[in-house]
Amino acid sequence: MSPTASGKARRQLNAQVITLAHGSGGKAMRDLIEDVFVGGFDNEHLAPLEDQARFELSALATYGNRLAMTTDSYVVDPLFFPGGDIGKLAITGTVNDLAVGGARALYLSCAMIIEEGFAVDKLRRIVASMKRAADEAGVCVVTGDTKVVTRGAADKLFINTTGVGVIPAGIELLSHQAQPGDVVLINGHVGDHGAAIVDARGELSMESTIETDCQLLNDLISCMLDTCPGIHCMRDATRGGIATVLNEFALASDVGIYLDESALPVRKAVRGMCEILGLDPLYLANEGKLIALVPQEFAEPVLQTMLAHPAGTDAAVIGKVTSSPAGRVVLETGFGGERIVDMLVGEQLPRIC
Amino acid sequence: MKEVMKYVDEFRDPVMAHSLITKIGELRDKLALNKGKPLQLMEFCGGHTHTIFRFGIEPLLPDWIELIHGPGCPVCVLPMGRVDDCVALAERPDVIFTTFGDAMRVPGSRKSLLQAKADGADIRMVYSPLDALELARNNPDRQVIFFALGFETTMPSTALTVLSAQSRGIENFSLFCNHITTVPTIKAILDSPDMQIDGFLAPGHVAMVVGEQPFEFIADIYHKPIVVTGFEPLDILQSIWMVLQQLADKRTEVENQYKRIVPKQGNPPGLDAITQVFELRDYFEWRGLGSIDHSGVKMKSEFDAFDAEKKFSVPNLKIADPKSCQCGEVLKGVIRPWECKVFGKACTPESPMGALMVSTEGACAAYYNFGNLSELLARRNRQEALA
Repeated sequence: MSPTASGKARRQLNAQVITLAHGSGGKAMRDLIEDVFVGGFDNEHLAPLEDQARFELSALATYGNRLAMTTDSYVVDPLFFPGGDIGKLAITGTVNDLAVGGARALYLSCAMIIEEGFAVDKLRRIVASMKRAADEAGVCVVTGDTKVVTRGAADKLFINTTGVGVIPAGIELLSHQAQPGDVVLINGHVGDHGAAIVDARGELSMESTIETDCQLLNDLISCMLDTCPGIHCMRDATRGGIATVLNEFALASDVGIYLDESALPVRKAVRGMCEILGLDPLYLANEGKLIALVPQEFAEPVLQTMLAHPAGTDAAVIGKVTSSPAGRVVLETGFGGERIVDMLVGEQLPRIC
Repeated sequence: MKEVMKYVDEFRDPVMAHSLITKIGELRDKLALNKGKPLQLMEFCGGHTHTIFRFGIEPLLPDWIELIHGPGCPVCVLPMGRVDDCVALAERPDVIFTTFGDAMRVPGSRKSLLQAKADGADIRMVYSPLDALELARNNPDRQVIFFALGFETTMPSTALTVLSAQSRGIENFSLFCNHITTVPTIKAILDSPDMQIDGFLAPGHVAMVVGEQPFEFIADIYHKPIVVTGFEPLDILQSIWMVLQQLADKRTEVENQYKRIVPKQGNPPGLDAITQVFELRDYFEWRGLGSIDHSGVKMKSEFDAFDAEKKFSVPNLKIADPKSCQCGEVLKGVIRPWECKVFGKACTPESPMGALMVSTEGACAAYYNFGNLSELLARRNRQEALA
């Protein structure tokens, strides 16, 4: 048992399930926080249990000249699915949101809303998964909050993470910078996460298991920016899929984007599910995929950098930026036709992240 | 890198598509094109409409062919009054209301099922009526209603579910039956005085159940060629070619392009299940087309215990379509979707006014979502120049 900052032995949580007492501010809550969270996340910023984490500004400034901050809430159902869980998602999602802005992710907060009756061992598994992802990303969970709500007031567990990072001088990734001639790159297969969640809900009894693509993108992005610091636009394609991200770029930059359907990497099992359910992989959620718009002359070197990285082994050129039709994304179908790819109307699948 | 999917990619081969399009183009000289008016071919089924837009087939066709997108999307043609009935049933505290996902957004006069769910109604999306039956078995203290929707394609599975509920004695299960029939609806379109359609692509999945015979009157009485068509892009192109070939040969008959799925006699056990459980209604109301005789089915009286319309009180009010809506004219090929006064303005996929904007299989929603409007308008100008 590691000691707390005051040198006392850390408190232990012996309960099997979370009760309202664990959110009450009393001893039970102290047991939960010290044992599960402080013990689980295990870092010097969290251990003092002050009401806030504190950082030296001068240390931050060594990484760059701008702070970046982002927040995301995670409500995925089910909590555990092939290739990941809500904890891994809560770290990678927020780190990736910083990374696609060129920021080096440093610190994360973690707020949990837990439904009473939730099993403590599941909570420990989730925190351990968060810790693994945080270590891999090189970030620390430095502050947090815990609320327990009555049965039915929330479904099992919701997590919010907020991330702070620093953007190095000279890196300017902005969605309005797309230029005609830019090349559209993706780092791998489309739609795995959305398909994995549908599969994990077990409503379809599919033959094969589809794994989420949930993965960190920060190191891949850092390598891509080393190859080409002048990448114009970058976003991770989560909810709404790559169709949504490309539409955002097309609208913000007032350009057209042509996608080549036959170049789009989609796994056979994901395509199969889409064919059966009438879903479109372009709109399916991803949790480890980025779209980058790269000046033409850098497209090949950036692609090679991506292919050489474990998070980009299936990277591909999937399209190009044109001057017209401005604000529109057009898919050149593998069949030889063309169609407009619009923003999604309504919800394709609820609670996927 | 791209993995080939067996039984799918063969039917999406661009080289084959190109040769079919060339063959279609070569038929032009053999066809007596009327006063320069483009030939109008109707694909009845929403599944075909979806394929046509998803693969961008329309712009690949010569200008002298115009596709008219028919009323074969059961979600689209569901009248507002029936949606209101669904909401009323779903809002009963003792009810779990089950439905296919695509019916959730269809607007009623007060609200859609999606809004009713947000307001607290217990509405669940299922992939099969058997899932609803299972839900009934697992919730014996609740009433589980399945919203049965669709043409003959989905009738056998709901009929068999009712028979299964009966034989297993699952009494808390019932059906809100909104099944509709294909043939009377095609007949209503053919009888319409402003009808201009030259040939039909028949719905392959309906034919899989009912067979070829029910479509014969279209060729024999109305003298229009009709081809039972599959749902992959090459199926559609081949069927267009087959319809044109009939026109060129001055033949009118029922041909079957979708032989790999559709036997001539259909699916007799499926038809047996349908006739065991369902009987024709005198008439049924369609959004956009109004009331059509014998265009819907209801459950036979011996299944009253499983009929939600008998088991619960359903408001059953008739709500008129908005006046500005021109869905009926679009459905008959009199105007194109974008020529409707409210298209893309008062009527959009986010807040649909008319039937055809409701589901992605509706012609207007398909044009709105997938269509390149400037290209469509240019195409219309070219077609008018032909005249």
